[in-house]
Amino acid sequence: MNRDVRSGVARRLSPFHFIASFLERAGSLTVFSARFFPNVLVPPYEFGEVRRHLDELGSRSLPLAGITGFIVGLIIAMQTRPTLFRFGADSFLPAMVAISFVRELGPVITALIVAGRVSSGIGAELGSMRVTEQIDAMEVSGIDPYKFLVVTRVLACVILQPLLTAIVNAVGLFGSYVAVALESSMSWRLYWDSVVQSLTFADLVPGLAKTAIFGFIIGIVGCYQGFTAEGGTVGVGKASTTSVVVSSMLIIFVDMILVKLTVVIWP
Amino acid sequence: MALIQIRNLSKSFDDNHVLREVNLDIEKGSTVVILGKSGMGKSVLLKIIVGLIRPDSGSVLIDDREVAGMKRKELNDLRRTMGYLFQGAALYDSMSVRENLAFPLVRQEKLNEEELEERVLNQLRLVGLQDAIEKMPSELSGGMKKRIGLARALIANPRIMLYDEPTTGLDPITSREISYLIKNLQERYQPTSIAVTHDMQCARIIADTAAILHDGTLDQQGTIDVLERSQDDTVRSFFATQ
Repeated sequence: MNRDVRSGVARRLSPFHFIASFLERAGSLTVFSARFFPNVLVPPYEFGEVRRHLDELGSRSLPLAGITGFIVGLIIAMQTRPTLFRFGADSFLPAMVAISFVRELGPVITALIVAGRVSSGIGAELGSMRVTEQIDAMEVSGIDPYKFLVVTRVLACVILQPLLTAIVNAVGLFGSYVAVALESSMSWRLYWDSVVQSLTFADLVPGLAKTAIFGFIIGIVGCYQGFTAEGGTVGVGKASTTSVVVSSMLIIFVDMILVKLTVVIWP
Repeated sequence: MALIQIRNLSKSFDDNHVLREVNLDIEKGSTVVILGKSGMGKSVLLKIIVGLIRPDSGSVLIDDREVAGMKRKELNDLRRTMGYLFQGAALYDSMSVRENLAFPLVRQEKLNEEELEERVLNQLRLVGLQDAIEKMPSELSGGMKKRIGLARALIANPRIMLYDEPTTGLDPITSREISYLIKNLQERYQPTSIAVTHDMQCARIIADTAAILHDGTLDQQGTIDVLERSQDDTVRSFFATQ
């Protein structure tokens, strides 16, 4: 290894370089994200593309999200019932599962699954378009690729995420009922009445509203990684995996802030 | 006055000085071929002309307006008058051939479905691939992709055409066919054209004039015949390898 290469590696591994590089990427992602808002309002509107992405992304995510939601609902009920039973509080099980699912588990589980499935897919697809000059081709034909490729995908994710979460919540609650029904004689009617009575406006609205923000994160991070991909197929792979890592981290971080906000607004 | 004027253009990537004080005038309706070895910055020059890359210094003037200084809308308006054939054709791989060709037209011109279909079919007939209209890019060979890329680049009847290595990766026979196709389309549409290539056969077929890019500079310019007779070592070594 010659001296230039050694000094280059040392520079890249230094904490200062790491922090500078992180701040540069964070700033660049912020600027990229901010472009969405004026672009989504200004014509021309690509409704056909948004519809196509809704079809594609929804069908890609629904089976996995639904199955995961069902199993998580089942497991929560199975894990918590013995403890509640010991304190004679097993009748609170539907309420406990409902609140934890609608407020937190449903939105976060769905978001993480969609991040793994959709954000990586968007990163890979746009990354591939970047390295094969398809994005440049769009740009030189006088068409704004941000508007056609980014706005349509992010909008589809923002619309899709609350819908998917609502489905995962419902399937998860059904999963928990299956676990309850296997261990006790509680009827579906009684279970559902307990669920409905336990949920309030403060559970439903923030739970679903934050999913739109998660959808935005999933879409914009995937698009950003794809748009800035470089270095051929290696770059495409990197864009795909980085999309999942960054969007998952952002989802958890933003969720933490939103939970605190929700607690402050609806104590 | 030349339609495209390149003035003292320089561009570096880290320590790699790709273009150094490049000057070139391209007259309206003419075809200039820029010859040079791979990795010499020919494609970078084209991308600066179309505004995809910003130069470090110098300027590209089209119709006396500086490309790097244009606002996005102005730049998009200019780009709609230009066609660009990419090295790998850059067909949108999620769209069929029909959708690839219709893509710029749908967004730039108010055409009904019949007019759109007619324009797409006409363009495909010109490149001899009307039967490929339903195909996806993954189903096309390298030569077919180049033809479709050419058809797409020319569909909006551009007044400026840029060709980035139009024959790279093709066998000699297909290269020759593509070169003659470009020549025929040049005569039909008469755009002002710049082609970058290292393929001398292609250059001989399509060029009015040529220039050699070497070490970031564009010193040697003239017709292919004049360049071939040049006593300059760089030019001679370039022609000797072809």
